[in-house]
Amino acid sequence: MGEFKVHRVRFFNYVPSGIRCVAYNNQSNRLAVSRTDGTVEIYNLSANYFQEKFFPGHESRATEALCWAEGQRLFSAGLNGEIMEYDLQALNIKYAMDAFGGPIWSMAASPSGSQLLVGCEDGSVKLFQITPDKIQFERNFDRQKSRILSLSWHPSGTHIAAGSIDYISVFDVKSGSAVHKMIVDRQYMGVSKRKCIVWGVAFLSDGTIISVDSAGKVQFWDSATGTLVKSHLIANADVQSIAVADQEDSFVVGTAEGTVFHFQLVPVTSNSSEKQWVRTKPFQHHTHDVRTVAHSPTALISGGTDTHLVFRPLMEKVEVKNYDAALRKITFPHRCLISCSKKRQLLLFQFAHHLELWRLGSTVATGKNGDTLPLSKNADHLLHLKTKGPENIICSCISPCGSWIAYSTVSRFFLYRLNYEHDNISLKRVSKMPAFLRSALQILFSEDSTKLFVASNQGALHIVQLSGGSFKHLHAFQPQSGTVEAMCLLAVSPDGNWLAASGTSAGVHVYNVKQLKLHCTVPAYNFPVTAMAIAPNTNNLVIAHSDQQVFEYSIPDKQYTDWSRTVQKQGFHHLWLQRDTPITHISFHPKRPMHILLHDAYMFCIIDKSLPLPNDKTLLYNPFPPTNESDVIRRRTAHAFKISKIYKPLLFMDLLDERTLVAVERPLDDIIAQLPPPIKKKKFGT
Amino acid sequence: MAALEEEFTLSSVVLSAGPEGLLGVEQSDKTDQFLVTDSGRTVILYKVSDQKPLGSWSVKQGQIITCPAVCNFQTGEYVVVHDNKVLRIWNNEDVNLDKVFKATLSAEVYRILSVQGTEPLVLFKEGAVRGLEALLADPQQKIETVISDEEVIKWTKFFVVFRHPVLIFITEKHGNYFAYVQMFNSRILTKYTLLLGQDENSVIKSFTASVDRKFISLMSLSSDGCIYETLIPIRPADPEKNQSLVKSLLLKAVVSGNARNGVALTALDQDHVAVLGSPLAASKECLSVWNIKFQTLQTSKELPQGTSGQLWYYGEHLFMLHGKSLTVIPYKCEVSSLAGALGKLKHSQDPGTHVVSHFVNWETPQGCGLGFQNSEQSRRILRRRKIEVSLQPEVPPSKQLLSTIMKDSEKHIEVEVRKFLALKQTPDFHTVIGDTVTGLLERCKAEPSFYPRNCLMQLIQTHVLSYSLCPDLMEIALKKKDVQLLQLCLQQFPDIPESVTCACLKIFLSIGDDSLQETDVNMESVFDYSINSVHDEKMEEQTEILQNGFNPEEDKCNNCDQELNKKPQDETKESTSCPVVQKRAALLNAILHSAYSETFLLPHLKDIPAQHITLFLKYLYFLYLKCSENATMTLPGIHPPTLNQIMDWICLLLDANFTVVVMMPEAKRLLINLYKLVKSQISVYSELNKIEVSFRELQKLNQEKNNRGLYSIEVLELF
Repeated sequence: MGEFKVHRVRFFNYVPSGIRCVAYNNQSNRLAVSRTDGTVEIYNLSANYFQEKFFPGHESRATEALCWAEGQRLFSAGLNGEIMEYDLQALNIKYAMDAFGGPIWSMAASPSGSQLLVGCEDGSVKLFQITPDKIQFERNFDRQKSRILSLSWHPSGTHIAAGSIDYISVFDVKSGSAVHKMIVDRQYMGVSKRKCIVWGVAFLSDGTIISVDSAGKVQFWDSATGTLVKSHLIANADVQSIAVADQEDSFVVGTAEGTVFHFQLVPVTSNSSEKQWVRTKPFQHHTHDVRTVAHSPTALISGGTDTHLVFRPLMEKVEVKNYDAALRKITFPHRCLISCSKKRQLLLFQFAHHLELWRLGSTVATGKNGDTLPLSKNADHLLHLKTKGPENIICSCISPCGSWIAYSTVSRFFLYRLNYEHDNISLKRVSKMPAFLRSALQILFSEDSTKLFVASNQGALHIVQLSGGSFKHLHAFQPQSGTVEAMCLLAVSPDGNWLAASGTSAGVHVYNVKQLKLHCTVPAYNFPVTAMAIAPNTNNLVIAHSDQQVFEYSIPDKQYTDWSRTVQKQGFHHLWLQRDTPITHISFHPKRPMHILLHDAYMFCIIDKSLPLPNDKTLLYNPFPPTNESDVIRRRTAHAFKISKIYKPLLFMDLLDERTLVAVERPLDDIIAQLPPPIKKKKFGT
Repeated sequence: MAALEEEFTLSSVVLSAGPEGLLGVEQSDKTDQFLVTDSGRTVILYKVSDQKPLGSWSVKQGQIITCPAVCNFQTGEYVVVHDNKVLRIWNNEDVNLDKVFKATLSAEVYRILSVQGTEPLVLFKEGAVRGLEALLADPQQKIETVISDEEVIKWTKFFVVFRHPVLIFITEKHGNYFAYVQMFNSRILTKYTLLLGQDENSVIKSFTASVDRKFISLMSLSSDGCIYETLIPIRPADPEKNQSLVKSLLLKAVVSGNARNGVALTALDQDHVAVLGSPLAASKECLSVWNIKFQTLQTSKELPQGTSGQLWYYGEHLFMLHGKSLTVIPYKCEVSSLAGALGKLKHSQDPGTHVVSHFVNWETPQGCGLGFQNSEQSRRILRRRKIEVSLQPEVPPSKQLLSTIMKDSEKHIEVEVRKFLALKQTPDFHTVIGDTVTGLLERCKAEPSFYPRNCLMQLIQTHVLSYSLCPDLMEIALKKKDVQLLQLCLQQFPDIPESVTCACLKIFLSIGDDSLQETDVNMESVFDYSINSVHDEKMEEQTEILQNGFNPEEDKCNNCDQELNKKPQDETKESTSCPVVQKRAALLNAILHSAYSETFLLPHLKDIPAQHITLFLKYLYFLYLKCSENATMTLPGIHPPTLNQIMDWICLLLDANFTVVVMMPEAKRLLINLYKLVKSQISVYSELNKIEVSFRELQKLNQEKNNRGLYSIEVLELF
């Protein structure tokens, strides 16, 4: 159908942060993930594992512990000594409170969800009450001599277990006294010099305490008598994490060798009620340390230094063997980190603490499918814009004309004017940004670059007029009264008339930019929006959801288009629905109104609405060029979905002009090359 | 028993049935949906369970459909031919046949044939065959003539035999019938002459066929009312030679010889056929089901409004035109028995009962009597079982088994175990197996003379046991030195601790050859090395010579030179003899295949005596040489140890016993040989490494073409 020149870009030197903590919430089926740079992400496991919320990181905020409390409240604690609560609606940090125990190594919410425990560097265990607005310090437990590295509540809430260096303490919650102190054997491969760090503890209903430690052991203790019951040596390196299922019949541990072990409580014989813990399965889905694990009713979840988030389903718990029962490995963020200036062929790359501006190269050559063309000019690294201060960048954008760059951190909004003189570029910052613009979640320029749209974390949408070097605030669309809902995605029509915004509750609102009022709301859908765009001329809004459905909504008519109804009636091809990465970008061909361009991490697709839809018998992926002999067959089997899987993993793909595409790839090998080396050494004669 | 259920009418509109009835009824890609092509211009898709049409398509006025529409099971599309030469291809979304895909062919089509699992075939009237896709690539391609002038295709059928398509078609010329069999995997076309047999004046009215492994069973209904069978080989002995096939009489006088209307025959399953026609002169038309194995009439149904003499059978449904309506009669066949068949025959009031006396190819009357006696015996057995059940209604087999193992003899226990294992698996199968093994082991410990090894072997082979479920099992087998059972445990159990693995290894290395001789061992992992064992004595002689020549340390260099001179010969001889007998090799291979963790295995390996370590090292060295002899670095045999397993175990033994190996003369010599072998391999690799630079330069030249680096501009075309 179409021939394109593709700029294949691999110099986006993006490396995800390692995973430090995961916390699973049973009520909402959501997973909170904290990374080593302080970022926190929320995954909705019911919405096809979509990363629906995101809290940017901070240099001084190294999260060591993450937990959910009553009422869907999320808390984190770290080495800066602060306990932080997250606002899951406004997508910001509600407050941060110093625990005054030095760095915090561990945290656990009580089984009722109304109390919070933190374990500190100075050996103190601190109890906080969770009040409706904040948390309030209640008291200290007996102080220990070493840092408290792990905490676990007994399900009754009367006792806790605390893991430290060389010992485990059992505390009575009411009195705060230590009732037992269990010394951990220091034996490590016959050498007894090293300390033994108890990286994790779990307190079971029957009084058993399970500990994991740096000697490679999983140990079972009787909390009533303070004695060791059983010991499993499972690794030659640290066992760093443990998570127990709610039913207490299964738990999972992660090791520094990258292995995850599954333990199950099984009957000894068929006639007896006696049961014992048996190590049943090892899983090797990681190459580096597994710093954290979680146990959902249906899956084992693990993460660590290799930056992958792995969901490994428990097949015996899966009732229907379908695609959902497959292993999931999430590496890339479910949002776009790249923006593009089509006019000047520039790419803006967003990193945690800086932005990079690159100009694409050019060629005068032509060729046939698959050729690599010789360059007449190579790509240029034009600009390296470093942020000041410790906060991570939330979002960034370059204007289509290439004259404006905007980005935001949690507390500051920055707007820069770029001037081009021949091949030189100069940058000038626009000063005196208004305070209400700080902490933007999404930034978008209009097609003609005269307007700037900002979604703030207070739920407001701001429209800013840009002309010359000046800045004028035109209007703010406020959220409906009583709600504060952060807008995560923006889309603007090329004619500048319409602005679409989608929030965390999966609703999409469309605003009339000329008349400055709400135009309509797209009917609600159960799954989050992953990408949106408004088509030129027709002003159809194309929406991609996390369950891989794509809808087309006519903004002028305020209803779904005929093509969209046809698609919904027939249904998408099952291979399309089985993709496990969300669509993150949608664009359109300027001269072909029937074409929609979209991509996820592993495929790029042009949907041609003038062609029939594929049914499940049709071959969805058709990579081979047709030959003359089978022209008849090709005409009969042609369908709407033109898919290419050449570029992967694909972080960004867009149309620069009618015949030119840009594809930004991030090969996994380039990421692995920048990780620290894993531990795994063969030794002879030991 | 074969039974015809209540019929129902499909067509809500009157089908256009020409003088010859419908063109055809064909399956679609959905169960329960069928394509009906009438004699006019229309194709209708019916859903049988709903008894209503789902879709209808017609060709233009003036055009006429000339062969039945079929479904292309690979694409879900429908294909029909109109005006003999025009193909139309469409699917459910299409409304009008005028606008669908069209291809005009260069010759007239007799039939399109389509079955699940392969592409449709187009059979032309001149006998040529084409795949549909090949035909669509060039619709005007030349179509050759296969059959002679005035020869006419009468009937055709398409099979898939062992995943290969087979087409058979029957032609007629001047009263003579021929069968053509076209194989598509070998492109062989075979022609057979069908001899008519006794009655040369008969005319074949209807054909049907079924297929088994080697033959196509072609059944024909003649004008004399008899059904004949002809066996056509699928793979002829001599394809080039024209062959004749004789038909044999299968059923006699199933329909009246002078019926006015047409008759039809179709195969229902291996034992049953359906016949449409008048069983007696002047009687109504009737659908009858006959058992061709017992030559009995199973059931029949009268069709008073008359039929077109056409019959189709798909799935469980028979289709026919009854009067003006397309009628469906469901067909069911329960598992039949001789008594049931005979009983049905005796009590049948249906027309055609009188033909029972015309049995052909039936067994002797004694056989018939024997059948009756068997039925009687069967009933008596049933009564006895009922008595048994009434005696002990509450005891399931598993409880029976568990009580037996506590006190009965080994023989009795073995019988009970076999009984239990022969049952269909009960919900508590796994736990009962575990309890049984546990009970047997407890009794073994209580009574040292009790050792039901056959039972244990069978229970182990159920694949539900593991070491942790019954740790005493291997412990007892180790005490008894039962290497056969230990080998089986090593193969079946996934979770054997390393200490137990090493205990097995000790026994395998220390058991005497004479004890091993009497033992049955699974030899699957061992290749036959016995042809080389004659060299054992020579090796011993050489060993003696070497020992005599072994001098004090200051002469070591000279000895090395001598050894270097002798090296090729020594290695050749050593490499051709296995240092252990085959059964011991099989046991050791079970060790090599076992899972282990290095950390926990090493301490136990240190406990093995030095001579056993040496023997095991010799064996591993031998296996390593065998691996190195061929390019794939694998051992011959069904399930041999892999090179990695061999290397890992050599490393383990050296790690655990390095000082012992270095100190012992025999082991030291072995180590020197191993060192030399590895050294020679390293030198080969280093020579290869020297030319690596050249390879790299070549690769670089290639890469300069393909190297995309961090940025490139490419051409992409989407199809």
